[in-house]
Amino acid sequence: MGLVVAENITKIYSVVATKVSKDYKVGEIAIRALNEVSFEIEPASFVSFVGPSGSGKTTLLNLIGCLDKPTEGKLEVAGTDVLHLDRKQSASFRGNNLGFIFQDFNLLPVLTVFENIEYPLLMVQKIPGVERKKRIMALLEAVGMTDQRDKYPDQISGGQKQRVAIARALVTNPKLVLADEPTANLDHKTAFLVLESMKKMRNEFRTTFVFSTHDQKIVGEAEIIYSLEDGELVGKQVKGGQKNG
Amino acid sequence: MGNLFKIAIRNLLRYKRRTLLTASLVTLGIVFVLLFVSVTGSFKSMMIGQMTDSMLGHLQVHRKGYLASIDNLPLNLNMKMQTYKKLEGILNQQPEIEAYSPRIKFGGMFSTFVETTNIRLNGVYPDRELKTVPLLPSRVTNGTEKTLEKGEIWIPELMAKSMKVNMGDTVVIIATNQDGSVNGKQFKVAGVLESVTGPGGRDGYVHIEDAMEVLRMEEMEVSEVAIRLKDFGRLYAFTEKLDGLLSGELNKQGKPVFEVHNWEKLSPFYNIAQMIDIMALFIKFMLIAVVLVSIMNVMIMAVYERVREIGTIAAIGTLPGKILSLFILEGLSLGVLGVVAGNILGFIIIAILNLSKMTFSFGRQTGLILSARVAPMDMLVISLIVILISVIASLQPALKASRMEPIKALRHV
Ligand SMILES: Nc1ncnc2c1ncn2[C@@H]1O[C@H](COP(=O)(O)OP(=O)(O)O)[C@@H](O)[C@H]1O
Ligand SMILES: [Mg+2]
Repeated sequence: MGLVVAENITKIYSVVATKVSKDYKVGEIAIRALNEVSFEIEPASFVSFVGPSGSGKTTLLNLIGCLDKPTEGKLEVAGTDVLHLDRKQSASFRGNNLGFIFQDFNLLPVLTVFENIEYPLLMVQKIPGVERKKRIMALLEAVGMTDQRDKYPDQISGGQKQRVAIARALVTNPKLVLADEPTANLDHKTAFLVLESMKKMRNEFRTTFVFSTHDQKIVGEAEIIYSLEDGELVGKQVKGGQKNG
Repeated sequence: MGNLFKIAIRNLLRYKRRTLLTASLVTLGIVFVLLFVSVTGSFKSMMIGQMTDSMLGHLQVHRKGYLASIDNLPLNLNMKMQTYKKLEGILNQQPEIEAYSPRIKFGGMFSTFVETTNIRLNGVYPDRELKTVPLLPSRVTNGTEKTLEKGEIWIPELMAKSMKVNMGDTVVIIATNQDGSVNGKQFKVAGVLESVTGPGGRDGYVHIEDAMEVLRMEEMEVSEVAIRLKDFGRLYAFTEKLDGLLSGELNKQGKPVFEVHNWEKLSPFYNIAQMIDIMALFIKFMLIAVVLVSIMNVMIMAVYERVREIGTIAAIGTLPGKILSLFILEGLSLGVLGVVAGNILGFIIIAILNLSKMTFSFGRQTGLILSARVAPMDMLVISLIVILISVIASLQPALKASRMEPIKALRHV
């Protein structure tokens, strides 16, 4: 028993959110986009936030991704209290600990598939050439894009772009990958393939994945599903079926 | 850095036409500046050469106060023999001097026995004068012998025409000396001189010993000493040096004996030369404005078009400084592209201009061959300024890009 308690205390969560709220100021009025949201995300889990449009998914993922700051509450990401990071610290925190996958893929059009994956290793972290090449080739292989490595983003399909984006997000060995509606611009078949890729990466690299979606069909792919409604966390579902209030 | 460059260059290549247009604007600007600087520079240096090498010398020494009343050719302000010897002693020790020539300047009457008019004359040692102003013989239009013997006179072209004097004619020069006594002497016309713009450009020449005879000088006196340097580029330094050396020479009242002037103080053409420099400066300012506006315009567009890309790279952890460098390098590369093309094109056009042997006229001189030349230093300075300006032009857009909030930028459509 004592052992289990000790393990719980020293465990570093990927994310710990305690009563996190976010207000947007629109003119004089403050819009509450998130209201006292609390949760923990364990390392190497595959988590989804689900909810209709406007429920606060993007807002929450931006907070976890250190792209924005909560109005109230406490937020720890990868063991770091991210509330007090300044602009530059946030940027290097993101570069060293987080990976991002975007709805619109957001690959740099002037760089090839290979160079897009290489970008964070050159411009964000400084990884020597041999190691760089090894990592990129491994990831290209893992997402099945090795033969497309010299193509430019406008020469490949949406699903392929998102797989490149997954590789780019993982190349820095982040602790946590955040994906805001990663499949919203893909057809269902491709969406499932992309999620399969993400899960495969999680299994291979033990990286925590957090993604959001408004698509009920996709949600099933997640192992832990948080439901958001009007900025409030209204449910947690752990794969296996049990639902917690 | 290499990677930032790669991305910057690729982004430039992304909008080929726009990049090409902007770079051509920079290129054209550079070509115009180089052409203007080289052609006017050629004109300027040729004019200066004409001034200094056919008439003035590089610099002149007078007795203090002479230049202020040079229009009257005041004989009483000549250097006496003793003073001149002192000056000679100093000049002989200056290694920078190629040659110098003492002159007696005086005014007199010029008579063809039919008609009489005023004339201004220089009495010179022909050999020394020709060493000091080597282009003087080129002004002699009619002379068979391009040197001046005793008893001969070179007269200005305008006078020859209006007085209907021909080569070989005998004329009389009558002059009043310092004591007021009048004397005359016969001369044979041995040459007709083309005019040169500026004071002294319509003077005649006789041998210095003839001048002494006309003026009844027992001992030689000297109105001015013209000096030619081995290296014209050292003009300012030497003028200062000589001025320093001569200012030590004081008369009995404790006042300086000599005054030193370089050609700039002696010729009104210096103002034209300065005007040319000012015009070149204006053209350079225009180039700067063109580069500034066109590159800034392109960079503002580039930042605006790539807001989401900026958001992406910022979100994944690219530091603001890197984003700043990325856009500055892009503007810089655009500038460098224009500069390189401009220098090459400018160089070629100048070479063609020179090969075509274009001629121009100045005053009464015609058929001067244009030899446009830009100093490598000029090219370098212009290039560096343009490159600097392209960096400055990219600074504001680049700062804007580096300060973007990633979430706002990512939302941008
Ligand atoms: N920058 C913003 N300014 C004002 N209101 C915002 C802003 N971003 C989001 N909102 C509001 O916050 C709420 C949550 O939005 P969002 O997080 O984008 O939801 P979702 O991603 O689930 O569609 C919505 O009501 C939205 O209108
Ligand atoms: Mg959203």
